[in-house]
Amino acid sequence: MAEFHLQSPFSEEDVRQLHAGDIVRFDGVLFGIRDLTQIYMFDQNHEPPVSLAGYPCIHTAPSLRRNGDKWEKICVGTTTSTRMDRFTPELIARYGVRAIIGKAGLYQKSLDAMQQYGAVYLAIVGGSAALETLQIEEVEAVYWEHLHPEALYQFRVRNFGPLTVAMDCHGRHLYDEVREEAARRLPEIYKKLGV
Amino acid sequence: MNDFDYTIVEEAAKQLYIRSLCDLPPDVRDALKNAYARETKPTARSVYEAIFKTIEIADRDHTLICQDTGLPIFKVKIGCGYAWNGYQIKNRLVEGTRRATQEFPFRGSSTHPLLRVNPQTSVGPGLPVFYWDFSEGEDLDILMAPKGSGSENVSKMQMFTPGDGVKALKKIVLDTVVGGGGNPCPPGIIGVGFGGTADLVARLAKDAILRPVGQRNPDPEIAAIEVELEDAINASGVGAMGLGGDVTTLGVHIETAYTHITQNPVAVNTQCWPARRARAIIHPGGGVEYGY
Repeated sequence: MAEFHLQSPFSEEDVRQLHAGDIVRFDGVLFGIRDLTQIYMFDQNHEPPVSLAGYPCIHTAPSLRRNGDKWEKICVGTTTSTRMDRFTPELIARYGVRAIIGKAGLYQKSLDAMQQYGAVYLAIVGGSAALETLQIEEVEAVYWEHLHPEALYQFRVRNFGPLTVAMDCHGRHLYDEVREEAARRLPEIYKKLGV
Repeated sequence: MNDFDYTIVEEAAKQLYIRSLCDLPPDVRDALKNAYARETKPTARSVYEAIFKTIEIADRDHTLICQDTGLPIFKVKIGCGYAWNGYQIKNRLVEGTRRATQEFPFRGSSTHPLLRVNPQTSVGPGLPVFYWDFSEGEDLDILMAPKGSGSENVSKMQMFTPGDGVKALKKIVLDTVVGGGGNPCPPGIIGVGFGGTADLVARLAKDAILRPVGQRNPDPEIAAIEVELEDAINASGVGAMGLGGDVTTLGVHIETAYTHITQNPVAVNTQCWPARRARAIIHPGGGVEYGY
């Protein structure tokens, strides 16, 4: 397990050096997206008004407050990623996103796209919104405001993490490995329980 | 009736919702510390370190631990030594819940099941969820728990047959937790309902997660099953946030009720690591004591 401190946007080399189980923290721009953001992009064919190339995207529906022209953070947490799996290969292939941040992981097609184009899945600690919100320095922009709280958010973050590399560019999928290991252990556990 | 000022109940409901979201109970904090002490996997240890920082920030800044403000649940025990007005209590708890959401303010998580319209109030038809009970004393005892969705979505209920025995319980509990992986934000409390009817068993499972972590069922035979299931779940290696580790649950709590001779109902209610709850004891004189 190695620890990395990166600067966003990420280069292909930045993410290809990461392996499942490594810990990542980073500074720079982070985009926030959710179900509706991606339905709007991919099912309703709207081009993002800003380039996502090289940037990490986090699965979130943030609580924000509008103060004049500025958006201020109230509470920003992370939601379960699995629901948004179907959008991810295109997000990586077409828009060059280098990292997806979320909880509970994604499936095989996303893993394949990560391997092919150079991207990773970074697992955040679910439930730790207080920490996440503190690490967000500023809400720089909110695009597609009418979709709020599932718009496209541009955050500036400092020392964002710890994030665990749960899916890497080398075909490793930590959640699947844990599931396979549990399945291997289950017969013995059932036996002990007498079921 | 009497002249009790029920705005006290409304204010308590508001405070309870906010307190529960910001201040994790001491038993949950201790259980997380014990889990960290037992954990050997470096990735899982880094998860706990983030958890402890989160709790510290929420304490210091009086901010929400998790953005999922959940669905509000009130477990109310009415002391029958005083003429409490149940209708007033219920209405004030609803109003306090709405005010907490809009005045803090935090995200309301309740929505219409078909139209999916969120009123941003945390209340609506059927919400908050209420459990009513009575005691011999004079006080009004209100336990409030906001239940997050990542964990609730993994919950299960099944009507087994008497012939399936307690084995069915053990298997569904283990399979539910292992199948849930990282989704319910482990390590949390696994609540189990055993017996009753289809509706009661689900309520028992919810009741079980509201117990302080590690408080055993008073029946030693049931308590032994709790311990056995904790060991079994932790042996699976799912670990904190499903990333692998030695601790997958902080505790298994089982609540039981008598059931029908032809029934064997089991329900599993999964709780996340921020196992949030807050309590207020309201005295007839108007004094309010807050706790967990």
